[in-house]
Amino acid sequence: MGKRLRDFLAFLYDFVVGDDWRIAVSVVAGLALTYAVSKTSVPAWWLLPVLLVVMLPVSLWLAARRR
Amino acid sequence: MGAGALFIAVFLACAVEAVEATTIVLAAGTARDWRSAITGTLSALAVLAILVAALGPAVSALPLRELRLVVGALLLIFGLQWLRKAILRASGYKALHDENEIYRKQLAAAATEPGQRRGRVRDWYAFTLSFKGVLLEGLEVVFIALTFGGNAHNLPLAALAAICAVAVVAATGAAVRAPLSRVPENTLKFIVGIMLTAFGTFWGAEGAGANWPGSDAALLALVPAIALFALGLVAALRRAKAAQAAASGRGPAAEVG
Repeated sequence: MGKRLRDFLAFLYDFVVGDDWRIAVSVVAGLALTYAVSKTSVPAWWLLPVLLVVMLPVSLWLAARRR
Repeated sequence: MGAGALFIAVFLACAVEAVEATTIVLAAGTARDWRSAITGTLSALAVLAILVAALGPAVSALPLRELRLVVGALLLIFGLQWLRKAILRASGYKALHDENEIYRKQLAAAATEPGQRRGRVRDWYAFTLSFKGVLLEGLEVVFIALTFGGNAHNLPLAALAAICAVAVVAATGAAVRAPLSRVPENTLKFIVGIMLTAFGTFWGAEGAGANWPGSDAALLALVPAIALFALGLVAALRRAKAAQAAASGRGPAAEVG
């Protein structure tokens, strides 16, 4: 793989995913779960806010522990 | 989403990015060569304009639900990353973004590089420094304007807000010829992080098939709720930092980054 392609992929990762990959993974998982629940009779709107309330403190706690 | 809210959201987000790009261009122009720095800036703006011209119609043509799913996911990831960084800065775990310090570092780095002429460009280093800075910060501006504009079905207004933000910041930078350190950048980033997270949550859930209670009015609850939650996290982290410092018998120190 050429250096330019590697550099571009690294830029893309940094641009989209950023400092904490767990946030990106949990957002994708949260959206998949929202989609699955929306196909049932249960309301699905609350799933992403709950994910936010759990994920943001976890990510901050991990970052604070490292510093 | 109202036209006013769309304009303010895009304007603030783009202004923050424009402040960072302006610092880089100022450093390249001051330490090296203004003509090359301006040529680099204009070249990057031309590339960004081509991107908008190519992607704008494509974004408008996408079905709204799929657009909201993809854009919501990206905005939520962006927003949470911005908010995370802003909370770490506000609580003292990360050094505040300091345009003066960044400017000094850029100046020092630019001063040590040897000059090199390439084609019509007098100073290749000043050209590439400006080009890269404007292109990278500008990509975020383009992304924010296209996603917000596409979702609100008002790309022209989003583009106008982005252009206004860039024009105001660039004109101020040109007038003062110094980094815009008086712009409350850290506070702006905190606000933009809250907005990106709120809109990302709203559009992402809608795109995934959820129906918000109260439809668009749910955003009026989401934005203040996320703001209060973020401020609560800042307070909790500040307490933890103070307790940590007291336990180790030294004053709090933030890492630069």
